[in-house]
Amino acid sequence: MAISAEAPAIPGILPGKVGVWWFLASEIMLFGGLIASFIVFRLGSGGWHGEAAHLSVPIAAVNTLVLLTSSLTMVQAFATAERGDQRGPRTYLALTILLGLAFLGIKAYEYTSEILAGFTPGTGIFWSFYYTMTGLHALHVLAGAVVNSILLGAGRLRNPHRLELAGLYWHFVDVVWIFLFPLLYLA
Amino acid sequence: MRESGAGTLDTHEHHAERGFWRTYVFSTDHKMIGKQYLSLGLFWAVVGGLLAHVMRWQLAWPDTAVPGWGEVGPETYNVLVTMHGTIMVFFVAMPILLGAFGNFLIPLMIGARDMAFPRLNMLSVWVFALASLVLLVSFFVPGGAASAGWTGYPPLSAKVEYTGVNWGLNLWILAHALEFAAFLMGGVNYLTTAIALRVPGMTFFRLPLVIWQQLTATTLFLLSVGPLIAGAVMLLLDRIIGTHFYAAEGGGDPLLWQHLFWFFGHPEVYVILLPAVGLVLDVLPVFARKPIFGYRWIIYSTIAAGGLSFIVWAHHMFVSGMDPRLAMPFSITTILISVPFAYIMFAMIATLYKGSIRFDTPMLWALGFIAMFIVGGLTGIFNGSAPADIYISDTYFVVAHFHYTLFSSVVFGGFAGFYFWFPKMFGRLLSEPLGKIHFWLTLVFFNVTFFPLHNIGLAGMMRRIANPLEYEYLVPHQWINVVATVGAILLLASQIPFVVNVVWSLLAGKTAPKNPWEANTLEWTAPSPPPPLNWGATLPVVYRGAYEYSLPDMAEDWLPQDRALAARSR
Amino acid sequence: MLNWMRWLPENVSTYGGEIDAVIALIYYVTLAWFFLTLGVFGFFLIRYRRRDGRRATYVAGERLREAAWILVPVAVVLVLDFWIDLRGGPVWAKVKTTMPPTELTIQVTAKQFNWEILYPGPDGKFGTEDDRQFDNELHVPVGKPVRLVLKSKDVIHSLFSPNLRFKQDIVPGRAIPAWFEATKPGKYELPCAELCGFGHSGMKAWLYVHSPEEYQKWVNEQWASS
Repeated sequence: MAISAEAPAIPGILPGKVGVWWFLASEIMLFGGLIASFIVFRLGSGGWHGEAAHLSVPIAAVNTLVLLTSSLTMVQAFATAERGDQRGPRTYLALTILLGLAFLGIKAYEYTSEILAGFTPGTGIFWSFYYTMTGLHALHVLAGAVVNSILLGAGRLRNPHRLELAGLYWHFVDVVWIFLFPLLYLA
Repeated sequence: MRESGAGTLDTHEHHAERGFWRTYVFSTDHKMIGKQYLSLGLFWAVVGGLLAHVMRWQLAWPDTAVPGWGEVGPETYNVLVTMHGTIMVFFVAMPILLGAFGNFLIPLMIGARDMAFPRLNMLSVWVFALASLVLLVSFFVPGGAASAGWTGYPPLSAKVEYTGVNWGLNLWILAHALEFAAFLMGGVNYLTTAIALRVPGMTFFRLPLVIWQQLTATTLFLLSVGPLIAGAVMLLLDRIIGTHFYAAEGGGDPLLWQHLFWFFGHPEVYVILLPAVGLVLDVLPVFARKPIFGYRWIIYSTIAAGGLSFIVWAHHMFVSGMDPRLAMPFSITTILISVPFAYIMFAMIATLYKGSIRFDTPMLWALGFIAMFIVGGLTGIFNGSAPADIYISDTYFVVAHFHYTLFSSVVFGGFAGFYFWFPKMFGRLLSEPLGKIHFWLTLVFFNVTFFPLHNIGLAGMMRRIANPLEYEYLVPHQWINVVATVGAILLLASQIPFVVNVVWSLLAGKTAPKNPWEANTLEWTAPSPPPPLNWGATLPVVYRGAYEYSLPDMAEDWLPQDRALAARSR
Repeated sequence: MLNWMRWLPENVSTYGGEIDAVIALIYYVTLAWFFLTLGVFGFFLIRYRRRDGRRATYVAGERLREAAWILVPVAVVLVLDFWIDLRGGPVWAKVKTTMPPTELTIQVTAKQFNWEILYPGPDGKFGTEDDRQFDNELHVPVGKPVRLVLKSKDVIHSLFSPNLRFKQDIVPGRAIPAWFEATKPGKYELPCAELCGFGHSGMKAWLYVHSPEEYQKWVNEQWASS
């Protein structure tokens, strides 16, 4: 009488996907809280154009491009896996990880030049927000890269479901940056 | 996708297959994880309760040595206030009401063999254990534990020099972060399990109400905790690397924390309250032998209350210095919340109408919850009215109010659930006489302890003062503090029958049958206690809602959810 | 114990009576509900206790006609809620969002763990030579509205006067305006109501409400040297 702990899920519902969406909902509230606080402060202080002018828009634009490209490769990894491709997912996932690391490298260069120019988290409220928001985002990018590396290393790419879940998270991290970039650099 | 660590195995060989460590410590079984949460919660209840008694002694007889503790200085008193609140809310109420009952009941009541992600579930309880360890360590670091209140308002909490507490407060933040992580993992698990793993026939509108309440509470937690985590990150950075989020001199604002904290804080009290309401809602029909009154309306009310709880937070801040024009809108939303809760309380009472009420111990606790929570709900209206709150905020009236709501949730609601499901959890029956003695003593001394706090609050006694005798206008009212303290000591003593009952039952109690209360829900179709994977080869199938008691044309006065009836389809 | 209004300390401000009236309104409304709900509750418990030979009646409460038994009381709750807020709104507006014309402005600065009370002196302006600071003593004339400007040097404090029904948190970085008008001469305590550190307990000032003549005498004494 063999019974399985893997209870049969209700047809059409993938538990992993449901779980990831609930997780992302709480993540949205985390960044939502930060972004809402930032907006309220910014309105209250009449704009931070002076401070924001010290940020490098070109570097951030390049970084945005890097991150968007990584989302594209993530989609490709999932698409090729669904087609049953053997090498495709591997290549595209590796590219996604590399692009994520490139994002972090460029961000680190940006931090270094800002700190050398004398802008630290303690310089003022704008800089407190800038370092906290981008830092928390960078941690999420790092976490995404780690998750992708585990998938790549464990060689569990034949099941596209896992790639899809990792992709959901990766795209979420990407979307957060799409909010942060204009808020911090352009506004 | 394989999410389960248990894999395919035979139930009968299950115990032999797993050693002590896999069965009791690193278990992925939701029932064991529930019991682990229960043990950790009870451990912290003892700690938090003892801290409260040191506080009460100091308030009744200020600056005399507390037996077994010594004299309490003002710094220590602030630590007691802070840690009592933190422990009771985050390390007692949540692990017991959500962690223990949620883990134990959700799979059993929806007919699942385990949670959707059993290993994540194990990780959840271990992260919670780590949070407990961090909180425990924070008492012993140089400078002592956190002393900025359980609400941790900056700037008091943001700079070391204001309290003299350095690592104690950092560890306090870290313990919260870990605790939140634990309950986020648990929450994702609860929701996914209930959405994806319901047994055939178990539609959403056949779920027992305790499951609905657990799910609503979990959703509230998942959606409200994010901003507080953001706030806590900012607080930690303010303390450690000198950002200026809460420092006015650097362009920050101390009130930001209060907004983020209470945006979480009000849903959080429902995270505690709703599971308790759920436990009571499930106990009532069984002992009244009647369907719950207005099942669907209760669900809608619960969801409405949950939704409203996101737009009431500033009622904690009427006199905080925020724009006073915001007060009346928040006062209106706050008072509106009494509508769904009034519905739920009235539905509980209406369930008794024309019932056949058995006064077993779980029912007594459930009824006690109703009576006490009505008091707490009504006193909430004083706090929710902005002009009345000018006088009442930060007085003992507030303390009395939230003990009538939270103590009634955790203790009365929690014991209702505990006495009800104990036979299922441990396979033994508890003693009814001891349970009844426990209930009546607790009810009496709970009121002796907390009711007078309303009065001394109206007389103007502030919260969080170590010595009321330093204020001339409070001196004539000092006898109330003495009464409350004596009540608290007797309230603690009232728990002795409970301890005796549980120990005696576990050692020598009668073996529990499968369904000692003649209840309808699915967990009673599993053996007591349920084996790993809960049922044998076949899972039950659900044919009807959870509360079909005393159907008119049936001989028995109960009809389990899984019993197939050929002729009828209700 | 049950007549709660008796527990409030003596009211000595012009708006305190209105705040007390809101508290009294809520008190009597909630007291009535308390006895009503617990009365019905207790009656049901006794009337419908288990007896041999009688079984419970199947009432699901899902149909509107059944649900009306509690939807009607819930509607009454809603009406009472609005009544309470309707009565409370003007009181809140009077105390917190409006400022009557005042002749006297006093700056109260809280710090761990004292109140610094600054008078502008005869010229009515702060930052001039005739400013006088008193520690933990607030002197005001009876029957005159007094404007306070509340500031903090370190953490959040809260200025509380049980007798005036006055309470306002004080947040560093803000100058929060507030007012009161005392109606009876005397000496009253002004505790801090927000946890502000180890000296929170015992952090208090004294409010001296003087008759007009006495207040003038006090002013003359304090500013005689200048």
